[in-house]
Amino acid sequence: MDKDANVAVSMQHITKNFGPVAANDDVSLDIRRGEILSLLGENGSGKTTLMNMLAGIYFPDGGQILVNGKEAVIRSPRDAFDLGIGMIHQHYMLVDVMTAAENIILGLKNEGKLDMKAAAARITGICSRYGFDLDPNQKIYDMSVSQKQTVEIVKVLYRNADILILDEPTAVLTPQETEKLFGVLRNMKKDNKAIVIITHKLHEVEEISDRVAILRHGKFAGMLTTKDTNAQEMTNMMVGHAVQLNIRRPDPVNARPRIKVEGLTVRSSDGLIKLDDVSFTANSGEILGVAGISGSGQKELLEAIAGLQPAEKGSISYINDSGETEELLGKDPLTISNMGVALSFVPEDRLGMGLVGSMDLVDNMMLRSFRRGSSILTDRKFPHNVAEKVVDELEVSTPGLSTPVRRLSGGNVQKVLVGREIASAPSVLLAAYAVRGLDINSSYTIYDLINQQKERGVAVIYVGEDLDVLLELSDRILVLCEGKVSGILDGRTAEKNEVGLLMTSLGGEDADE
Amino acid sequence: MNDKKGPLFHVARRPHMVWYKAWGIRAIALILALIACAVITTLLTGLNPLDVYATMIKGNLSTPRRVWVLLQELSILLCISLGLAPAFKMKFWNIGGEGQVLVGCLATGAVMILLGDKVPGPVLMILMIVVSLAAGALWGAIPAFFKAKYNTNETLFTLMMNYVGTQLMAYFIIVWEVPKGSGKVGIINQASEAGWFPMIGHNKYLLNILIVAAVTVFMYIYMNYTKHGYEIAVVGESQNTARYVGINVKKVIIRTMCLSGAICGLTGLLLVAGTNHTITTSLAGGRGFTAVMVAWMAKFSPIGMIFTSFLIAFLSKGATEISTMFGLNQSFADILTGIIIFFIIGSEFFINYQIRRRSDGEKEA
Repeated sequence: MDKDANVAVSMQHITKNFGPVAANDDVSLDIRRGEILSLLGENGSGKTTLMNMLAGIYFPDGGQILVNGKEAVIRSPRDAFDLGIGMIHQHYMLVDVMTAAENIILGLKNEGKLDMKAAAARITGICSRYGFDLDPNQKIYDMSVSQKQTVEIVKVLYRNADILILDEPTAVLTPQETEKLFGVLRNMKKDNKAIVIITHKLHEVEEISDRVAILRHGKFAGMLTTKDTNAQEMTNMMVGHAVQLNIRRPDPVNARPRIKVEGLTVRSSDGLIKLDDVSFTANSGEILGVAGISGSGQKELLEAIAGLQPAEKGSISYINDSGETEELLGKDPLTISNMGVALSFVPEDRLGMGLVGSMDLVDNMMLRSFRRGSSILTDRKFPHNVAEKVVDELEVSTPGLSTPVRRLSGGNVQKVLVGREIASAPSVLLAAYAVRGLDINSSYTIYDLINQQKERGVAVIYVGEDLDVLLELSDRILVLCEGKVSGILDGRTAEKNEVGLLMTSLGGEDADE
Repeated sequence: MNDKKGPLFHVARRPHMVWYKAWGIRAIALILALIACAVITTLLTGLNPLDVYATMIKGNLSTPRRVWVLLQELSILLCISLGLAPAFKMKFWNIGGEGQVLVGCLATGAVMILLGDKVPGPVLMILMIVVSLAAGALWGAIPAFFKAKYNTNETLFTLMMNYVGTQLMAYFIIVWEVPKGSGKVGIINQASEAGWFPMIGHNKYLLNILIVAAVTVFMYIYMNYTKHGYEIAVVGESQNTARYVGINVKKVIIRTMCLSGAICGLTGLLLVAGTNHTITTSLAGGRGFTAVMVAWMAKFSPIGMIFTSFLIAFLSKGATEISTMFGLNQSFADILTGIIIFFIIGSEFFINYQIRRRSDGEKEA
């Protein structure tokens, strides 16, 4: 290893605790110039925390940081910028009503007069140098997620950062946008910048990075050279034991139409069109995957079926086993369940909608069952049994049934929610981003549960963001683009690129990049 | 190891604390508060703080009558707090307790004045109960209706309803004033005592106290074991979740505020029929606001509110006592009360968080 010259940042024995939890425990790693380093790990393994200490968001409890060979004390994002470290966070921090250029220079201390023209010129310079596609005078509210990300990256480069950290930059991008971002990153690498990308997508690690640092439960699990490793080895290192990386896809048995959506049009409360003339059928015993860039109407679609979202026009019919049809649209969740429609819904916002964070497991199970019986008092015995069953069968790790669910980890929260929703033996299961934020093991548990429901004859509508998973799991894939159905594909034959194109363009023009 | 330092102190969230430690911290806070009060007392007045504290205790407990007055005060404060608690639990910021109590007083007074000699005693009593509950419920339901229907700001709305209640009371006091021109209603039905709560034994306050005790038990069960109570908790934590499981959020808001207002209205009944036997605009006496603090300090637990209302009632009685005994004005007593409450509320911070000093090596400060 040609140590000194190329090492931009050296983190040594870094430790960070949050209360009794060690987010990082004695982590040491080097970040080199002219190299893209992937920081890989399951959720909660401390990747973001570690990088936040470089960005001046957190201060380490122990250990030291060397930048360009000198010991550095980074107490604030400003300190980080002074050292040439810039971090692009998962949640963008931009002022919507300002232009790209205004956002980029925001917060910089300039001597003398503010020269927007010079700033714009410099921004254009940065863009052409690395291959960004950005109009300095465009307002943020007119931008797509990927353009906003570009603004954030340019903002960091404008401040002369030569050590860039990107926190899960591809989570919100389509495959095509991801390709573009990777192109830019490669250009920056050629320019001898040091780049760290935090991710948990293995195929991206393989595609973009030179080295992979793996964290597990806050500890440093190892450093691999990308070209000498493979997905299986990385996963095993990340999880700590060998994992099966295959999702089952049993063939649908006796599939019959269960939910029929016709001409569904939904507007948001401020009049924006969210779903535009959406029609499709979801069959029993089948998983219908829903793909789309976030905010393309997925949320409204599921909520409309669940009775939570009023629609402008269209219809949603439920077809029961004996072939009778009932209209769901315009009914609230209580009416729908009183009609005998067993509809389960795993919403995107787990603790804000699906569960009550401050309540314990029993009380959360009770959300679905508290109306049982004619007594004015609540029956705690039934939900208690359900909670016990869910904890037992889904291996929820919790100190006890009386622990507030907010204290559980993301994976366990999701198990509680999914467990409750399938405990009521649904005939329709709606799930939105069911594995978001979950580690690999928990994700596969959830896929398994969904498959079990499918085999029970449940009509599953599964909104996902990871195309690879959608392609492996779904029998059919419905692609949404700006609220319209841009295509319905067979999950067994669809290509990732094809789905990606449908996500961004209606009607599916030629698959040509 | 590292001689360049980060911030010297930092605040970290504590894991859950066992109950006895939490109460230990609260006890320490109380002791520190008393020490701080002692220092301030000596500095400002030159009095011996121990004398001051002794007077405070004596003012509350020295005679049976004083104990009864303390219990009565505690009951009234507790009753209003019990009324506010379900609203707050629902995150409906009902600061209209004052107005809801006053309209309860007004309704009770109206029945006593208008029907006192015309209907038999038991009928009169039933009417008073029904009307006071209804008046309070109405005062609670109006802001709730607008909140549910148009999402108005309930804090401002309930606050404004207080003024409406006070002015309504002022108006009817003039209508029913005795004697004419005095601007006061005076003691209602002094001769017949119609509509007065009966004494139990020789005790004027006991019935009030028993009623509040019953309300406490009722609210404890209502909040913790009923479907309604569960719905309130869910709506309070997340309206989205409530809608998601099919709870009619608007209905729950209006229903809960009817109950909240009704209990405040009942407090009005206790004040007029139980103790004061008259109506004035200052009958609620700011307790509608004090009760907000009582309810919050107890985190809306009916049992906890017994203790917090005791604390506040004790402090305010004691404060009045020292201001008369030592010739201090009431403001000084308020300073002491303020200091004590500040420490007690502040102690919650130390129960939820810990402050750690930056450690060199692995030692913890």
